[in-house]
Amino acid sequence: MPTDPGSAISGGNSSPILPRIFRNGRIVADEFVFLADDSPLPDGPVIVTLKRFLAEKDHLLSRPAALGVRLEGAESPDVLRADLPKLKLIELRVGYFKDGRAFSWARILRTRLQFSGEIRVSGHFLLDQIAFFLRVGVTSFALPGNWSPGEVQTATGLISNVYQPSADHRPTILDLRRRTIVTAAAAE
Amino acid sequence: MYRYDEFDARLVRERAEQFRSQVMRRLSGELSEDEFKPLRLQNGLYLQLHSYMLRIAIPYGTLSAVQMRSLGSISRRYSKGYGHFTTRTNLQLHWTRLIDVPDILHQLAEVDMHCMQTSGNNVRNVTADPFAGAAADEIEDPRILCEIIRQWSTLHPEFSFLPRKFKICVIASPHDRAALLSHDIAIQAIRNSDGEPGYRVSVGGGLGRTPYLALEVGSFVPRRHILAFIEAILRVYNEAGRRDNLWKARVKILVHQLGIDEMRRRVEAEFAEIRETGMLELPPAEIERIADYFAPPAFEELSGESPEFESAKRESKQFVAWVKTNVHDHKTPGYALATVSLKPIGLTPGDCSSEQMEGLADIMDSFGFDEIRVTHEQNLVFPHVRQKDLFRLWQQLEPLGLATANIGLVTDIIACPGLDYCDLANARSIPLAQEIARRFADPELQAELGELKIKISGCINACGHHHLGHIGILGVDRKGVENYQILLGGSGAEDATLAEILGPGFDSEGIIGAVENVIETFRQKRISGERFLDTYRRIGAAPFKERLYAH
Repeated sequence: MPTDPGSAISGGNSSPILPRIFRNGRIVADEFVFLADDSPLPDGPVIVTLKRFLAEKDHLLSRPAALGVRLEGAESPDVLRADLPKLKLIELRVGYFKDGRAFSWARILRTRLQFSGEIRVSGHFLLDQIAFFLRVGVTSFALPGNWSPGEVQTATGLISNVYQPSADHRPTILDLRRRTIVTAAAAE
Repeated sequence: MYRYDEFDARLVRERAEQFRSQVMRRLSGELSEDEFKPLRLQNGLYLQLHSYMLRIAIPYGTLSAVQMRSLGSISRRYSKGYGHFTTRTNLQLHWTRLIDVPDILHQLAEVDMHCMQTSGNNVRNVTADPFAGAAADEIEDPRILCEIIRQWSTLHPEFSFLPRKFKICVIASPHDRAALLSHDIAIQAIRNSDGEPGYRVSVGGGLGRTPYLALEVGSFVPRRHILAFIEAILRVYNEAGRRDNLWKARVKILVHQLGIDEMRRRVEAEFAEIRETGMLELPPAEIERIADYFAPPAFEELSGESPEFESAKRESKQFVAWVKTNVHDHKTPGYALATVSLKPIGLTPGDCSSEQMEGLADIMDSFGFDEIRVTHEQNLVFPHVRQKDLFRLWQQLEPLGLATANIGLVTDIIACPGLDYCDLANARSIPLAQEIARRFADPELQAELGELKIKISGCINACGHHHLGHIGILGVDRKGVENYQILLGGSGAEDATLAEILGPGFDSEGIIGAVENVIETFRQKRISGERFLDTYRRIGAAPFKERLYAH
């Protein structure tokens, strides 16, 4: 799982109007600015819609600053296949928490498309979904509501083990069973 | 049967604790009802007309005596002293309180049970042939794969917010006792020409508003790749299934909109990719570990002819009648399968009291039965009974009110809970089932009519499988009044077909007469010994329409 601890900045003093970005267990400053389709391009790192990216791709990719693309629920990351190595971040925007497509988009980004940058989830999602998002390869969250980093940490740690392999490459219960058997055999 | 190891047990305990915290957040107002709803549904908790209903998962329909006894005690303590076995082989408690549910989940966890994914838009409890491990015609125990799927699908991070619910069924016999093709994924164990184990996989079955039978998407998937293949189907569905319209969100709609060829192409592309990573390839050691739990009990070497059994049959005509309908052949000489009918005449199909559950657990202990099965027809099965024990078994079922001899007959009716409980229902189902059963209660009449499957749903969601009934009944709301449509010619067996609506509906009194008229027409047109379904297939709907609607 890609991590970027070097860029993490303590969120204690950040302005309340900035989105609260949760990454690696804490609130960090957001180095990206989301750009509406009709806004002029600033100098720093930006996130643009897929529509704007496809329309202004050459120009956007020629800038030195980091670039992110926002995908809405119905937008598959497959269309970004060729450009992913040049992108720093993919934002998966969830319109309504019951729309579970973002879980597949994240998994496809990591496993099929081998994307190694930041995958961020924003929009309407539940505390109880964060553990699933982390498993499929999401690395940061634009936190809604008043969730504290502590609450988020607690919510992600309620279930210790997992049955199925996913993009997080966590050892599965099957792996743990094998280790138990190997350990038991070694002890004999 | 399968027993949890430390990892299974820990996950189920932690899940119960997680739900406790979710209930607390709901009660404190931190979670809105809208936000809490999918969380409670993922733990099988519905809010119905009168109360919360908790749906307990019975994976592939198999229960131990310890589990059955615990269900009896939980039903008494936290509901009204009974539970309701459903067409998805789960158990519903219709009278629970939200505040008690975390404690119920903990008590279930103590006996290796849970309510995970018995509701919500995720992979639901996996169902199987209730005769698994005992049927003469099976090529493997389908529950081995079911348990593998249960574990893989439990809290699946990618597929817990699907467009709609998702049901998987596994059988391993040419005979279908599980309504296979009405599932989102229908898996049948087969062998290829080299004798290798694998599965034929079909996709897109389902009842409800738009009924379809599943279509073949994989003619032979090797056993070690079956999870990769299932994951491929789920990913295609999660990506492309409709989310704009609840009634068009099941995978059956996607399959029929894309066409099965395009569906197959997409699934195969995903499958190739998932298989290549190898992450989901099943290691033989894990298959063996799980298979060991389902190893058949040590059968005694018995003769196919039991003198005790033969003399008991000479003793009691009622026992003979019960054997004729409720006892089926076992693969091992001297053994039999015995079905316990949960359809006593005039009572609620599928209901089982705490006393009955505990009585069944006692019977299991005294006869040394390891397990009991739940069928999609809302009955229970003892899978491995020595023939010589059948009479004593029947004698012990009798005082529990569980010796009704009607399996497969006209009074063995499937019915959903309907408007008596369910807030989705448009009409009552239970009183209809009770009244039809009373009209046809005469054992001789039932025997004469032979196999005749009546299935009743109180709304279009089709929990009562009315599309699969030889005679199906669908309750609808007609300007605020309960109205019942009649469908004929369905089958949920290996000759699966969907029943067709006969004509205009009837009110709650008229429908009983209509069913009587349909059956009377069958008696007139039947060639001796023919099943209702075969008569219908031979003569078509016209004579029935004529009788019901001519004047």
